[in-house]
Amino acid sequence: MPSSIDIARHVEWLEPDGPDGDVVLSSRVRLARNLAGFPFLTKADREDRRHVLDLARQHTLSGDLADQMIWVDLTETTGLERELLVERHLISKQHAKGDEPRAVAISSPDERLAIMVNEEDHLRIQVMRSGLRLSDAFASIDTIDNTLEQCIDFAFCPRFGYLTACPTNVGAGIRVSVMLHLPALKLTGEIEKVRRAAKDMCLAVRGFYGEGSDAVGDLYQISNQTTLGKSEHQILENFECEIIPKIIAYERHARQTLLKKRRLVLEDHAHRALGTLERARLLTADEALQLLSAVRHGLVVGVLKDEANLATIAKLMLLTQPAHLQRAVDKEMNQSKRRIARAQLVREMLAP
Amino acid sequence: MKCDRCENQATVHEVTVHKGTKVEKHLCEICAKDEGVVVQHPPMSTLLSKFVISTEPGAKDHRPACPICAMTFAEFRQHGLLGCPSCYQTFEEQLIPLLERAHEGGSLHVGKIPRRAGKSLDRHQRLAALRRELTEAVSLERYERAAELRDELRTVGDVPPDAETDHEPELS
Repeated sequence: MPSSIDIARHVEWLEPDGPDGDVVLSSRVRLARNLAGFPFLTKADREDRRHVLDLARQHTLSGDLADQMIWVDLTETTGLERELLVERHLISKQHAKGDEPRAVAISSPDERLAIMVNEEDHLRIQVMRSGLRLSDAFASIDTIDNTLEQCIDFAFCPRFGYLTACPTNVGAGIRVSVMLHLPALKLTGEIEKVRRAAKDMCLAVRGFYGEGSDAVGDLYQISNQTTLGKSEHQILENFECEIIPKIIAYERHARQTLLKKRRLVLEDHAHRALGTLERARLLTADEALQLLSAVRHGLVVGVLKDEANLATIAKLMLLTQPAHLQRAVDKEMNQSKRRIARAQLVREMLAP
Repeated sequence: MKCDRCENQATVHEVTVHKGTKVEKHLCEICAKDEGVVVQHPPMSTLLSKFVISTEPGAKDHRPACPICAMTFAEFRQHGLLGCPSCYQTFEEQLIPLLERAHEGGSLHVGKIPRRAGKSLDRHQRLAALRRELTEAVSLERYERAAELRDELRTVGDVPPDAETDHEPELS
């Protein structure tokens, strides 16, 4: 594991000052690409995988994609290190598993760009930014894609576009997603309307930890599912300029309504959460995230002021997760030891 | 939130109106399946394989495997993942209805074209345009123009497809 992944350094996509950062935590654009002349990974043998890995390594490190790219060969990492990369959203859970030749190339130190090699497709390129910045993220990823394309032939055909292992990604091969903090819609119960509306618009709604997870900490990841028959710009514009602003407005409206009609409840909720975080002796990761969410909500709407600050809360959202916590105290711990260490870390970081 | 029926986390939420009263259900995926509540966002691969199976009841699989990677359609149906780029050609007929379902009716790429493929595409389009013009010229008995077009077709068509891509500038 390269020492360049420094957990003390905050990940950029969690910084709270991005555009519309009161609701949108982060934006991500991902492209699925496969190298022409190789089978997809379902039919690739070890030699094919190694070959793809070598080509990817050569071109991602020399391709001038970012100021500095670091290469992490995942077969040379420990489970804890891979878990750390998952928590930083640099690799998927699926990519953390198995012993096949696979890697991730990461731009350092900003970690904006990550290229997973030999996941479901040969390359999964992602750019992540804080706040609602999908156009910026797309512009970066498009340049990166063009640069890579100068030296790599991607599997492509005119009829179906970029060819991917799963037909659900074929075409533009693009996935745009945002991580939204929707505590007010959750409190008012209106979140189900958002879920239904999103479903009607063929969007996927997931929790903080991806597929199959409930929305812990009132964090919801929304992404497009259609990639064929629409251009990248149509997908992006529809998402960034129409759908997401509507959800943002809906959440802000719910926050204002709560402030006007149930201010005391809101104050109680936020102060109680902060109080627990400041005093608890045992904390699970999910409980910590839920409490941090309530404090974040309180800070954003102003019922909490100097009692805490958004930057610390954002940092804790990451540092309270299992792998980060173990890295922070520099030892592997079982679940019950982690609960103790987590509570201690939170108390220390929130101490005035 | 806990599942209504067990201790698991509820990840499936359903609100229905029954005789004018709102009925809310919060279930984990296992109980949701058990109760027959449709899971809102099943993994796409599941959706795809379900779809493929449901549209071809009892169909025996005599379709040829992909000549490049030996993937069979039955294998794809099982995992939801194709074996190589050529599978799209091999299984085109079966894939189209499935793609339309997964992509809001879309089955034709309209997005980005890689620059290299773009070049060969341009050539294909140019060849197609020249052929059309040639047919038209012949039918109008404009033989001189037809001869010119034939020459041009030969020039464009004679360039082997790979010759163009081999001269890409190397990245320093």
